[in-house]
Amino acid sequence: MLDFDTGKYAVFIWGAYGLSAWVFAILTISTLRHSRRWKARFEALNAGKAAGGKTDE
Amino acid sequence: MIPAPAFLTNPERFMAFSRWGAPMFGVIAVALALAGLWFGWTAPPDYQQGATVRIIFIHAPAAQVAMFAYVCLAVASLLSLVWRQILADAAAQAAAPLGAGLTAMALATGSLWGRPMWGTWWVWDGRLTSTLVLFLIYVAYLALRASIDDETKAARACAILALVGSVNLPIIYFSVDWWNSLHQGSTLFAKGGPAMPPVYLIPFALMSLSYLAAFGSLWLVRIRGEVWRRRAEAAALRAARG
Repeated sequence: MLDFDTGKYAVFIWGAYGLSAWVFAILTISTLRHSRRWKARFEALNAGKAAGGKTDE
Repeated sequence: MIPAPAFLTNPERFMAFSRWGAPMFGVIAVALALAGLWFGWTAPPDYQQGATVRIIFIHAPAAQVAMFAYVCLAVASLLSLVWRQILADAAAQAAAPLGAGLTAMALATGSLWGRPMWGTWWVWDGRLTSTLVLFLIYVAYLALRASIDDETKAARACAILALVGSVNLPIIYFSVDWWNSLHQGSTLFAKGGPAMPPVYLIPFALMSLSYLAAFGSLWLVRIRGEVWRRRAEAAALRAARG
């Protein structure tokens, strides 16, 4: 069975797990944002070009 | 001239692979993490370290994958320097922030483990100091990249920095053998087999593979982002020129 009793070390153990989850969340969000932002930018530029050869750049 | 690996010369092929490869690695990472956490939190407390032994399931994988990320960074930098492959440079650039995050995670969770077990948050011993140096090399790589506008010059300068910095990898690995340290020695690759009973070894291995798959997934997505960025900047330049 799962044993979540961390006794007197709770602050260290849960601190380490919480910090790891936080870093993974930051890495995942920033990675997805980076990729989506530049994909959208590229598609916007291409759409502008297709619409008449002019873009917002 | 030695031909570059076809995979690295063809962004289209990479984009087609990473489109399904990234989510696949992500799903594998989550599945392995759930299994690893289950086994890790059902394992009994260690007779010496008590419940703090559970920190090893997140600390050691972070440290291992932080070093693996640097191997990826260095190999991609070498390929970028030798063959001038844009995709290899994008791969190197994409590995740096992930490696920096994982190294920071390893340092912080190690510190949280060291305080109750060693009685101190930090010691200037070989393993901890060389891991801190790894983090600083990642930061230096990112700072150098951000400080040079010319993409070609930035790629070259960063590749040289990455290759010079790779000297630190064997220092990290062998530091516990070369110098006296509070840090424990090799666990998985100890002489005579893993220095860990199966009840801890199984969740440890699952979590290590999970971190590796997570890095693989995020790395592929970041490289895709880099490819989009370069395409967008090239398109913007073409548009500006009319």
